[in-house]
Amino acid sequence: MFEYAPAPESRSIVDIHPSYGLFVDGDFVDPEDGVRFKTVNPATEEVLAEVVAAGPRDVDRAVAAARAAHETRWSTLPGRERAKYLYRLARIVQERSRELAVLESIDNGKPIRESRDVDLPLVAAHFFYYAGWADKLGYAGFGPDPRPLGVAGQVIPWNFPLLMLAWKLAPALACGNTVVLKPAETTPLTALAFAEICQQADLPPGVVNIVTGAGETGRTLVEHPGIDKVAFTGSTEVGRQIARSVAGTTKKVTLELGGKAANVVFDDAPLDQAIEGIVNGIFFNQGHVCCAGSRLLVQESIADDLLDQLKRRLATLRLGDPLDKNTDVGAINSSEQLQRIRLLSDIGEQEGAERWSAPCELPDRGFWFPPTVFTGVTQAHRIAREEVFGPVLSVLTFRTPAEAVEKANNTPYGLSAGVWTEKGSRILWMAQRLRAGVVWANTFNRFDPSSPFGGYKESGYGREGGRHGLEAYLDV
Amino acid sequence: MSEISEPERLGVRKTYKLYIGGAFPRSESGRSYEVRSARDGRFLANAALASRKDARDAVVAARKAFGGWSGATAYNRGQILYRVAEMLEGRRAQFVAEVSDSEGIGPRKAERVVDAAIDRWVWYAGWSDKIAQVRGSSNPVAGPYFDFSVPEPTGVVALVAPQRSSLLGLVSVVAPAIVGGNTCVAVTAESSPLPAITLSEVLATSDLPGGVVNLLTGRPAEIAPWLASHMDVNAIDLCGIEAPALATELEAAAAENLKRVTRPPAGDEPDWFAEPGLGRMLSFLETKTVWHPVGI
Amino acid sequence: MVVTHEPPSDLAVSNGGLRRFLHGLPGVDHVGADARAAALATRSIKTTAKAFALDLAVRTIDLTTLEGQDTPGKVRAMAAKARRPDPSDPSCPPVAAVCVYGDLVAVAADALRGSDVHIASVATAFPSGRAPLDVKLADVKAAVAAGADEIDMVIDRGAFLAGHYLEVHDEIVATKQACGAAHLKVILETAELATYDNVRRASWLAMLAGADFIKTSTGKVSPAATLPVTLVMLEAVRDFRDQTGRLVGVKAAGGIRTAKDAIRYLVLVNETVGDDWLTPDGFRLGASTLLNDLLMQRQRLATGHYAGPDYFTLD
Repeated sequence: MFEYAPAPESRSIVDIHPSYGLFVDGDFVDPEDGVRFKTVNPATEEVLAEVVAAGPRDVDRAVAAARAAHETRWSTLPGRERAKYLYRLARIVQERSRELAVLESIDNGKPIRESRDVDLPLVAAHFFYYAGWADKLGYAGFGPDPRPLGVAGQVIPWNFPLLMLAWKLAPALACGNTVVLKPAETTPLTALAFAEICQQADLPPGVVNIVTGAGETGRTLVEHPGIDKVAFTGSTEVGRQIARSVAGTTKKVTLELGGKAANVVFDDAPLDQAIEGIVNGIFFNQGHVCCAGSRLLVQESIADDLLDQLKRRLATLRLGDPLDKNTDVGAINSSEQLQRIRLLSDIGEQEGAERWSAPCELPDRGFWFPPTVFTGVTQAHRIAREEVFGPVLSVLTFRTPAEAVEKANNTPYGLSAGVWTEKGSRILWMAQRLRAGVVWANTFNRFDPSSPFGGYKESGYGREGGRHGLEAYLDV
Repeated sequence: MSEISEPERLGVRKTYKLYIGGAFPRSESGRSYEVRSARDGRFLANAALASRKDARDAVVAARKAFGGWSGATAYNRGQILYRVAEMLEGRRAQFVAEVSDSEGIGPRKAERVVDAAIDRWVWYAGWSDKIAQVRGSSNPVAGPYFDFSVPEPTGVVALVAPQRSSLLGLVSVVAPAIVGGNTCVAVTAESSPLPAITLSEVLATSDLPGGVVNLLTGRPAEIAPWLASHMDVNAIDLCGIEAPALATELEAAAAENLKRVTRPPAGDEPDWFAEPGLGRMLSFLETKTVWHPVGI
Repeated sequence: MVVTHEPPSDLAVSNGGLRRFLHGLPGVDHVGADARAAALATRSIKTTAKAFALDLAVRTIDLTTLEGQDTPGKVRAMAAKARRPDPSDPSCPPVAAVCVYGDLVAVAADALRGSDVHIASVATAFPSGRAPLDVKLADVKAAVAAGADEIDMVIDRGAFLAGHYLEVHDEIVATKQACGAAHLKVILETAELATYDNVRRASWLAMLAGADFIKTSTGKVSPAATLPVTLVMLEAVRDFRDQTGRLVGVKAAGGIRTAKDAIRYLVLVNETVGDDWLTPDGFRLGASTLLNDLLMQRQRLATGHYAGPDYFTLD
């Protein structure tokens, strides 16, 4: 038997401080009315550091710093100078990418192989891409001299902490805005490291401000009268609240919310690659992906065979220590999220779907859930409608292309979809009809800073990435 | 007791050769020509005097490099071009001195030129992964077809660099040619070639694959006709040809294989400090339109 | 039991029938296959896992010399190394086989008498395969008579690319017959087949015709073995066994020079088809310079410092 020995990535490259302040106006400062709370490593439950939940006066201070920086420093800089700041940030991220990847895995629970090979390269790439737009806004199709909005309040989720920071900061800064960003409660550490990177890049104080905290801090930021733009990635439920709270104001808002994507596999799919696409679609990042392919829609004529092959493939997934370079499936980000996944999975069983989990040993400490597949699922099951946000796949069948489209679209969500077939015309036919902001054909979970990403319907509105991603941060 | 004064240290002078295929060969003709300072007339160097055979070799190198360069991702090309800017910045002082001598301008003006050249390079680096979004489209044809248009590099581009602006002008014609995936052969400013060769050294240390840019120092009037009539060159930029009769002759020669021709600017040399616009990039990009049916 | 591609019983009777079956196999998405192979290449194989893999790699090598300038002396030297790869380390296992041209099989047989190392011979007008069938079969019979217990044949790529599948199939059947008791490896020459779809089809064709092993390349055409091509072939043998119950082995040959490469191939085998193929009866590496790199890595693991080439024999 060819057993892989432990291959741990060393932790010694990261230097986690015992306590962090808020990053306001270019410096780390103590809170005025914030309180401190602890952040833990979800794979071991060890406490990593103390961070601040910023209070209303802290948020005031950050917004004021961003406003001052916008008016006196950032909006008057020519685009080519802003570009060079962003290039610096990109380069420093590249230089420190190993350290940041390790830090991300420790704080988030995702495998080091993913943070190293997927997250970090994309982070640098986003800064590089948007750096190049900073001095070319007149060519972007929004008129000869589009202006920034002003101060942006940005709230990001815990599933791709540093990458979501890059998706938010890079276009905002390129367009000439300044920012107050709140990372997720359970994953503040890479954002705080990024604050150091802003210092290393000599970014003018106040252009980027990082205020840590939980839902309360996020609400305070989003509802602050001093910001011109709200950008949020997170749950549809909170997205709704935000949309309500900005009603009647002049704030522009973009939302990137949940999903329940259909991954549609036709009988002429390139089968081995489709299996990889299914696995990648729902088990990449432990299924903590808004655009996860959480509903497998497989053509009935190949369903049994495909499921046998899928289960055989799932048995080779390695679950365990996120810092082991051979780990495929890491820890669930928090105890709360684990409870939710367990609850919905139990409901799935109660509603009559058949449950199967990959055989893996779960470590004693930490938050873990094995890759799980429910078969015999129909649209009427809750596990076909509600976002689990975990490594749980629901399998449904269809007979014809029209039926596949119907079932795929039969959801209030509309973030992404997958199509697997060797027939080009069918790919395009499906893509035309799927009500989703991103359609992946014969691939899944592919991201690029030049490729616009965002949802239809309750998956949100606005696009991040590409030329389209500039619109959210310009006064057009 | 006798006093022995320290003799002044003798510098190690640089040799200025051609840049072809990522290497620095002398001209196969063995020829060189004197380059003098435009500030004080002093001797600066014997630069290589490129021959038609050097031009031929440069085109071969450019063609060889085209597959790899055009096949690289736009992101990768952008990264490499940004690295060129980093290397340029690192050599700022050397370039300021050379531009000052080459163009007969004082150090402050030369600094302005060099800074503009570096920023110009950064500007073009950022276009690599955006030109397709500005220039490409999906086209709403009246039928069940998915129809899209994308820009593609034309191939090997010959350039006659501006004859007065020895660095900024050179950068302003080379960068737009290669950002989209073309490779190029450039004939540099005849009487002020030294910044071009120092630029080659920057290119050679920036991960730019050999052959993507080839620089020939020498006489445009001698070399350009061979490039203009070369059947394996896809496009030619006549920017640095100042004699109208010669420009006409070259454009006519280029017609043999329907090269895409950029004529010299009308009037004096352009203001190279001004933002360039898209023209120089688009001149060397083809447009490919693809149709595919939409059906089950 | 996964039963996806059931060949009809009258399959090998008409070219059209064979073509319809082969073209009905699932396609291979090129980008997806490359991505899966690249992802598996990031596996980090350390300490005990590395020691296991290095030993397994040595045990699955077909130590190869296939040069116009091969002499009996050269073959004798290589055979000695095949028996005892590392004279300074008796714990080092012998390789699986030597691989030589047919006219040197007798020399190899003599040199390997009494050892467990097999004698593989290339045949059928290797490497091009461009000769009349009776010449190719005579090539096989001569090698077997001289003592070869394994035959590495080449398929007729010209016939395959021209769509004459039945002809390719029948040549393999005839070659298998000429082998007698010797086991047959069928070289697909994947570089010339160009697409992964063709590699899948050729793999199935060879297995239906009775191949004991399918092999990527002659090593004379570049690129030789690659991870994605080997992945596609491993998927084919997996599906074939699901279908028929018969285990066909895979040999990756050519271009595998470092221990790191070799370990990547073993990871591919491990995660695509598993234990049943992790033996010399299920997997082979066709290589020559690879062996010394494996030995150097073995020594590094044992002693803790980097080894130098002076300490290993050159055959």
